[in-house]
Amino acid sequence: MNYETIIGLEIHAELSTKTKAFCNCKNEFGGEVNTNCCPVCMGYPGALPVLNKKVVEYAVKAGLALGCEISLYSKTDRKNYFYPDLPKAYQISQYDTPLCKNGKIKIEVDGKEKYIGITRIHIEEDAGKLIHGTESEDYSLVDFNRSGVPLIEIVSEPDIRSPLEARLYLEKLKGILEYLEISDCKMQEGSLRCDANISIRPVGQKEFGTKTEIKNMNSMKALQRALEYEEERHKKVLSEGGTIVQETRRWDEAKGITVSMRTKEQAHDYRYFPEPDLVPIILTEEWIEGIKKDLPELPDEKRKRFVREYGIPDYDASVLTLTKELSDFFETCAKGHKNPKAISNWVMGEVLRIMKEKELELKDLRIKPEFLRKLVDLVDEGVLSSTGAKQVFEEMFKTGEEPESLVDKLGLRQISDEGAIVELVKKVLSENQKSVEDYKNGKTNALGYLVGQCMKASKGKGNPQIINKILKDLLS
Amino acid sequence: MLELHSLTIHEIRDMLRAGQICSKDILDSVYSRIEALDDKIGAYLTLTKEEAYEAAAIIDKKIAEGEKLGDLAGIPMAIKDNISTKGVKTTCASKMLENYVPPFDAHAYEKLKEAGAILIGKTNLDEFAMGSSTENSAFKITRNPWDLERVPGGSSGGSAAAVASDEAYFALGSDTGGSIRQPASLCGVVGFKPTYGAVSRYGLVAFGSSFDQIGPFTKDVEDCAILLNHLYGHDKKDSTSLNVEFGDFTEALNKDIKGMRIGLPEEYFGEGIDPEVKKLVLDGVKVLEGLGAHVEEISLPYSKYALPVYYIAASAEASSNLARYDGVRYGYRAKDYSSLEELYVNSRSEGFGEEVKLRIMLGTYTLSSGYYDAYYNKALKVRRLIKQEFEEAFEKYDVLISPTSPTTAFKIGERTDDQLAMYMSDICTVPINIAGIPAISVPCGLSKGLPVGMQIMSKSLGEASIIKVAHAFEQNTNFTKKKPTL
Ligand SMILES: [Zn+2]
Repeated sequence: MNYETIIGLEIHAELSTKTKAFCNCKNEFGGEVNTNCCPVCMGYPGALPVLNKKVVEYAVKAGLALGCEISLYSKTDRKNYFYPDLPKAYQISQYDTPLCKNGKIKIEVDGKEKYIGITRIHIEEDAGKLIHGTESEDYSLVDFNRSGVPLIEIVSEPDIRSPLEARLYLEKLKGILEYLEISDCKMQEGSLRCDANISIRPVGQKEFGTKTEIKNMNSMKALQRALEYEEERHKKVLSEGGTIVQETRRWDEAKGITVSMRTKEQAHDYRYFPEPDLVPIILTEEWIEGIKKDLPELPDEKRKRFVREYGIPDYDASVLTLTKELSDFFETCAKGHKNPKAISNWVMGEVLRIMKEKELELKDLRIKPEFLRKLVDLVDEGVLSSTGAKQVFEEMFKTGEEPESLVDKLGLRQISDEGAIVELVKKVLSENQKSVEDYKNGKTNALGYLVGQCMKASKGKGNPQIINKILKDLLS
Repeated sequence: MLELHSLTIHEIRDMLRAGQICSKDILDSVYSRIEALDDKIGAYLTLTKEEAYEAAAIIDKKIAEGEKLGDLAGIPMAIKDNISTKGVKTTCASKMLENYVPPFDAHAYEKLKEAGAILIGKTNLDEFAMGSSTENSAFKITRNPWDLERVPGGSSGGSAAAVASDEAYFALGSDTGGSIRQPASLCGVVGFKPTYGAVSRYGLVAFGSSFDQIGPFTKDVEDCAILLNHLYGHDKKDSTSLNVEFGDFTEALNKDIKGMRIGLPEEYFGEGIDPEVKKLVLDGVKVLEGLGAHVEEISLPYSKYALPVYYIAASAEASSNLARYDGVRYGYRAKDYSSLEELYVNSRSEGFGEEVKLRIMLGTYTLSSGYYDAYYNKALKVRRLIKQEFEEAFEKYDVLISPTSPTTAFKIGERTDDQLAMYMSDICTVPINIAGIPAISVPCGLSKGLPVGMQIMSKSLGEASIIKVAHAFEQNTNFTKKKPTL
């Protein structure tokens, strides 16, 4: 039987506000344990929350960027459950009045555009972190530095049809949040977290199949792998006549499998009710307009602009604008440069390759934008051959030195002086009369041989274009 | 000559300013009174004698050096033990918080301290302010100074008894469903529950967050007005704190009440109200009528739903507010447990008393999926109706008057097995918290030797009207001057 896969994602993004959601503690990753906390975020008796207005602003930015309706009235609610990392034994969240709703994200699958609906975006607070003792130490400790850090939860519609689409959606969403500069979006550090709901149904069937919820996917790759595993698991269970159990499953990255955490029967009853310690969030159209006006350029707009302004192909622009960092890098290189396409080639080729190979982030790269600009200039001016340029690039990566001095250090400067090349070519022609004859008799590949001889005579430093040109001149 | 301890804030303040006494004398008077009586009455859980004398020494030094003094300089105060006091145990009369010492001050306490008031001790209460007799304290019984066999009311029974027995010049309490007014009534003192949001809740250990308010117990209405001036004000640490100009409440003292419109809601004089209580309150109303006020009977039919609304909504909030006492970070932790779940269950089962557990279970139940709409949501709807009904009434009347408590103080143990009878103690006070409006309880006579309180309510932020009427009543009667024989 042919099955269709249905996926919905719930994304939690930590907002990078200066202070926490409901107190004045610093919102900082890392730091000595239990140093960024106070009676409010540690849930002391009698301490009260006060909503950080920046949290609302950031969430509304996300909502506007994702095409959501922004609620002029919303409130906070308490989500009640017991866990040692949750000091009040409830999380302040939003239940039935999310700040933003009904948005969408455009992704491209196999060159085709597709929209994934966003059901809602709401604000809530993060919990602390448990630090478990080793096996011989029979205890766990709690670090409250993260307790009360603001989050937005972004819930998608079940519009995603494959693990790849899920990944594309998350990549696009991450890009947008980064462009807005409202979240660090680091999956490894947990500032961007993703849970997925997945089910399958026979093609043509209207009703959804039983879904499972997958947690603990800490990278884009993990998300895709986990969903691919789960998709296959569902198919296998159903094809063997079994039934899917509605449950929450944890992705085990090392083993490459999902494992059951709890079933529906064990699910929490969170006993949501309106948070009496906070007042409703009332927004005005004017305020929202103000936020909208100040929104930065977003990936799709930037992509169009790159095509327009730099004349690069749409495909290049789509790759270059995926993350804000990469697009900024490209633009710093390309601004005012006469060969943006060459820069695009370098960024999409060597820069991305080396980042992937060395598992580096752009900011850790020692190759500065002005170095890459210069490198392209050197090639365009004929100072460097394209192979020479790759050598210079490798060396720039290793040493962080600027390219011009590396050209000489590596002895890669090309001979582009026409006078010198004419002499050299004449010499080669006189020594290779046979090939000259062949060429004149129509054996055009003899030219290639002659070029090779000229390059050899120049010890590889002759500019091949100029050699080519002069050869042709002298042979005609 | 009158003993120092029996004086009011305004009397003792004048003496201090005139140089007749010093701050230390005042402390001596109140601590010797406590030493003489508190074994019998049991108003206090903790005394802060050392810190109090240190504070008094500073004030006396200021006086000697002619420095400007705060409005409440040198006035001793007692504080209910669910209001956070930095460095001083705040137990909520619960085994759960038996050794809990807050790292910060409640905003209300901070403000009084800034005005120069001196903390002398923390008073007993029903555990986590849940109760109407102070019998639910995990630590001790507090007795009514008028009859030691009887309860002082609750939950702020310790604060009420302390002021009634002159073991304090004034005290702070908290009022979620009547916890200031009912014990004030039963102990024959003045108790005030402010408009919701007028006094910051920061540092008040939460019970029913949308109902809780801190308020004062005083010996007369003038003292009450003085304290409201200090307690009221915006606090940015409490999001529900009102950001308005409150004015000077002492300006409402000594005012003519001629032409003021008083409503008597018939539902508050009906079934369950002791006939003598009713008579004394109506006699009090006659005094006001005699001063030129217009009195009319009115009806507030939704008030009869107040008690169920209160027990559903306040318990729901309480079940969530008290969930943090889990034995993980502070407070009581069970000795025996072998899993996280057992740590929770055992700590909470052993750390909380019966009434608290009962309300947590009630609240948890009403918020549970499948029951939410039938209980909590419905309670919220009726709450809005009750509120609206009061708003409409206050379009016609400046104040409404009722008994504070349906009966005088009952015997210790009398209602401990009769939950409903206990809950009925709050039948006249609970609607006020539901509506978020202010109300006072002022003494209006004795029934068989026990005090009776008259409740005067106004619209939100109508405190001045309450003070006006209450002060006029006090000036024309002598009930607040009556003291128990001890
Ligand atoms: Zn904090």
